[in-house]
Amino acid sequence: MYSIWCRRFPETGKREHDRVRQYRDNHNKVKAVKTTQLSNNKVHVVTILLVAILMAACKEGLWNNPYPQQDRIANTLYSSFDERPKHLDPAQSYAANEIAITGQIYEPPLQYHFLKRPYELEPLVAERMPSVVYLGKLGNVLPHDSPLDAIAYSVYEIRIQQGVNYQPHPAFAKNENGEFHYLNLAQHELENVFTLADFEHQGTRELIANDFVYEIKRLAHPRLYSPIFGLMTEYIVGLKPFGEQLKRADQKLRKLQGEDAFLDLNKYELEGVEVVDRYTYRIKIQGKYPQFLYWLAMPFFAPIPPEADRFYSQAGMVKKNLTLDWYPVGTGPYMLTENNPNLQMILERNPNFRGEAYPSEGSADDRENGFLSDAGRALPFVDKVVYSLEKENIPRWNKFLQGYYDASGIASDSFDQAISFNGQQEAGLSDDMRQKGVKLSTAVGTTTFYMGFNMRDDVVGGDSERARKLRRAIAIAIDYEEQISIFRNGRGIPAQGPVPPGIFGYQEGKQGINPYVYDWVDGKPRRKSIEEARELLAQAGYANGRDGKTGKSLVLYFDTSATGPDAKASLDWLRKQFKKLGIQLLIRSTDYNRFQDKIRKGTAQIFQWGWNADYPDPENFLFLLYGPNAKVDEDGANSANYRNKEFDRLFEKMKNMENSPKRQKIIDKMVNIARRDGPWVWGFHPKQFSLYQSWYGNAKPNLMANNTLKYKTIDPQLRAELREQWNKPIIWPMVSIGVVLLLALIPAFVSYYKKSRIKGLA
Amino acid sequence: MLAYIIRRVIYAIPILIGVNLITFALFFVVNKPDDMARMQLGFKHVQQADIDKWKQAHGYDKPLFYNRAPTEGNAFTDTVFFVKSVRLFAFDFGNADDGRNITQDISERMWPSLAIAIPVFIVSLLLNITFALIIAFFRASYVDYMGVVTCVILMSISSLFYIIGGQYLISKLLHLVPISGYSADLDTATKFLILPVIIGIVGGIGAGTRWYRTIFLEEISKDYVRTARAKGLSERLVLFRHVLKNALVPILTGVVAVIPLLFMGSLILESFFGIPGLGSYTIDAIRSQDFAIVRAMVFLGSVLYIIGLILTDISYTMVDPRIRLGVR
Repeated sequence: MYSIWCRRFPETGKREHDRVRQYRDNHNKVKAVKTTQLSNNKVHVVTILLVAILMAACKEGLWNNPYPQQDRIANTLYSSFDERPKHLDPAQSYAANEIAITGQIYEPPLQYHFLKRPYELEPLVAERMPSVVYLGKLGNVLPHDSPLDAIAYSVYEIRIQQGVNYQPHPAFAKNENGEFHYLNLAQHELENVFTLADFEHQGTRELIANDFVYEIKRLAHPRLYSPIFGLMTEYIVGLKPFGEQLKRADQKLRKLQGEDAFLDLNKYELEGVEVVDRYTYRIKIQGKYPQFLYWLAMPFFAPIPPEADRFYSQAGMVKKNLTLDWYPVGTGPYMLTENNPNLQMILERNPNFRGEAYPSEGSADDRENGFLSDAGRALPFVDKVVYSLEKENIPRWNKFLQGYYDASGIASDSFDQAISFNGQQEAGLSDDMRQKGVKLSTAVGTTTFYMGFNMRDDVVGGDSERARKLRRAIAIAIDYEEQISIFRNGRGIPAQGPVPPGIFGYQEGKQGINPYVYDWVDGKPRRKSIEEARELLAQAGYANGRDGKTGKSLVLYFDTSATGPDAKASLDWLRKQFKKLGIQLLIRSTDYNRFQDKIRKGTAQIFQWGWNADYPDPENFLFLLYGPNAKVDEDGANSANYRNKEFDRLFEKMKNMENSPKRQKIIDKMVNIARRDGPWVWGFHPKQFSLYQSWYGNAKPNLMANNTLKYKTIDPQLRAELREQWNKPIIWPMVSIGVVLLLALIPAFVSYYKKSRIKGLA
Repeated sequence: MLAYIIRRVIYAIPILIGVNLITFALFFVVNKPDDMARMQLGFKHVQQADIDKWKQAHGYDKPLFYNRAPTEGNAFTDTVFFVKSVRLFAFDFGNADDGRNITQDISERMWPSLAIAIPVFIVSLLLNITFALIIAFFRASYVDYMGVVTCVILMSISSLFYIIGGQYLISKLLHLVPISGYSADLDTATKFLILPVIIGIVGGIGAGTRWYRTIFLEEISKDYVRTARAKGLSERLVLFRHVLKNALVPILTGVVAVIPLLFMGSLILESFFGIPGLGSYTIDAIRSQDFAIVRAMVFLGSVLYIIGLILTDISYTMVDPRIRLGVR
């Protein structure tokens, strides 16, 4: 516009032009000054911000520390969980990730000795080991060596320690008149309550025998779903009718008082459980069942105070997720003070814990490895345990490497980084791990993974010599040594039978090998040659993998729930194993529900499954092959539907025996029968590899105990020092990237400037 | 407009019933109530009596769609489908199969999801539009070519790579922020959120910028832009005053609809960074065969999507005066 006006009025325009130019120069000077001031202000703001960020960073210590700086040298153990627990109610929880929490809070009568092997039970809150009395059908007391069929009942008497108190909890809080503060809450009193910490008052009380009886009754509670209720009805006298009685009573109560009505179990008597006095109770069991003692070491039989049950049953609690399932109340060394299963779960030392000493008995190896250094010291050692939800392996592993987790398992993708093998193929730590001072602990799990044949199948099943030879040939051909090496990084040992190491009945050395699959050569088992397998296959009528009668290729079917690219390699490997015999293996992949359905209906032919020990007794493994426990007819755990009269007879004899050489002989016989018949290809027992930081102590693996947290030690000072050494922030690469990006923008700015000038002139 | 909104809400009812029906059918094709009970009770020692008890207590002991011998109500109402569906329409999600209150869970988990989703959404929107405008400004120059190539490269990289690479570089190698974690405390939340937010933004720049560039280039070729240039407006004014304003309708179509869905979270991002949001809530529920959560989340997702579409329609009237809702 200005240039047009100048052109129209040249004289006036010239004067005006000079005036305007002068004005523009002045204006530009002012603008320049303002811009400089603005720029200076901006620089100051940026500088202040940078300083503030740096100061905040310095104040906060390590920049990548996910924990509060004030906990730098706290006596806290940091761990993780990858799946939120479903239940923390001891009547309902059974999964490993649930028991990892409940095991530290609830105290059943018994526990496993931390150091002794083979695993041994010892009293926990029981004053001594339970006494047992055997009764005849008429209730007469029988001697301990009575024949099994004479024993109608076993009565376990459990005496608990006096002076054991529960953790602080609002359910116990009482006012000065001795009345409970929070057992008759009105709706409005819960308005501002979101966690247990929102209750002002807390209390405690002494543990009594009735609390244990109350929990056993809870197994039959109609609103709880205990996974062992069905099993326990077979043992605890009167539990089944008690469950039906409670169901009727509950229906009536809910009709009268609504859905939130409290079912007071103290009002109902359970025949098989009895309170003898304040500190003693009895459990009456059908027949003889020595394994019952192992159940007494599980949280299912831990005490529950009825007040807590009443407290959580109040209207409005469930809507706020305030339930016994999420806020446990126990007597154990720890209590759950924060339960956000989507983020973090925190256990803290129970201030009312009765006190327990670190064991002073152990093996020479234990002493040598320092596991007896803390003998006699008061438990627990760690003040607080923080479990963080970590769903993915990569961040979990990296946080372990940075020192933010105190222990770690080893995922297959980080195995090579952590473990190296020496010339003898023995696993050891890699150089990186050794430099960090990481410790490795390995233990063969009390678990077995097997490949089962459906014994009801016309081809691979049955008791004929032909089928037996076919199964034996397959058992030789499937090279589990190779599978363990390729797919498990050597973390496992090939199984010789159903009983894993660490369980009574397992035999080491030559006498422990499966002679149908292995030879004993140079002091170790060696898998029989593939030629022998082919010979057996020919004897079975399938020479070179072809049916001798029809001439057709032998086709077998493998049912699995493994799908996707991860499973493909191992399934291809399996096909290859069968191909060695000329057998064509067809894989029938399906989802886990369908797979289970097939197993239940007996329509699967060959499948793979596993079993993890509930307790360290051979009965817990050999019952997987017991005929009356077959999957198809009885919905039991015998997935192969194996039946052998002699095996079943021996099992019935062995299952209730105490561990003794006589029992060992029977187990040997049973295992040999199973090896001969081969309803399973005895797969492998997995080996657990665990890594511990240098500041982590007493890391002896105990695969049966679930309350071992109290034995662990941490050196927080060493941890803080090493974390600082390992996690110094490195800023220069980010600054460099920023500078490069800024430099890259310069041509664009230049181009923009030129372009806008051209437009302006136009 | 009110009449239009009411009409859209009424239209939503059959859609929601349909979505619920399809979810129900798909879920129970794959999972039987017995399987659900086994999943909750565990696989060891569980007997049929335990399964039956669980099913009865959770209302899965009835037929799915049609009850030949109803004990309460009629053949259609005394079914799993009816009993489980009817409460949804009152937004009563009930309890998950593990006993936790679903509404409470959602209200707890939506905030961490929003803590990531909102900054990612806002910053991404601003950045992508800005980059797209810059590229459009320098169209047919080396900036344009380089920008498009960079966008294509950024689009071609998997989001998982950004996450793992970002964690490796920023957290593992440089130790600048925690690898994963979350804090509800504002003072410390930033250090946990900054990396997932940056990764969320960077991961979306390629696709976002290209999409907006296309919109802007289309607008730039229109007559009114030529007129604006002809009357001597600078390119900056043409782009920001005219092109941006006129391109808002297609931008809003894509943007407003997703606003209500922001709180549903991001599965992968939350999973890798340990953010306790809603991203993995549905997937975890499908894995654990928890139908109560699955149906609640699918229902909620559908409701939010419908709200998003209604909001989009409303937003059109704001940016384009020619659009009138409900006027025939």
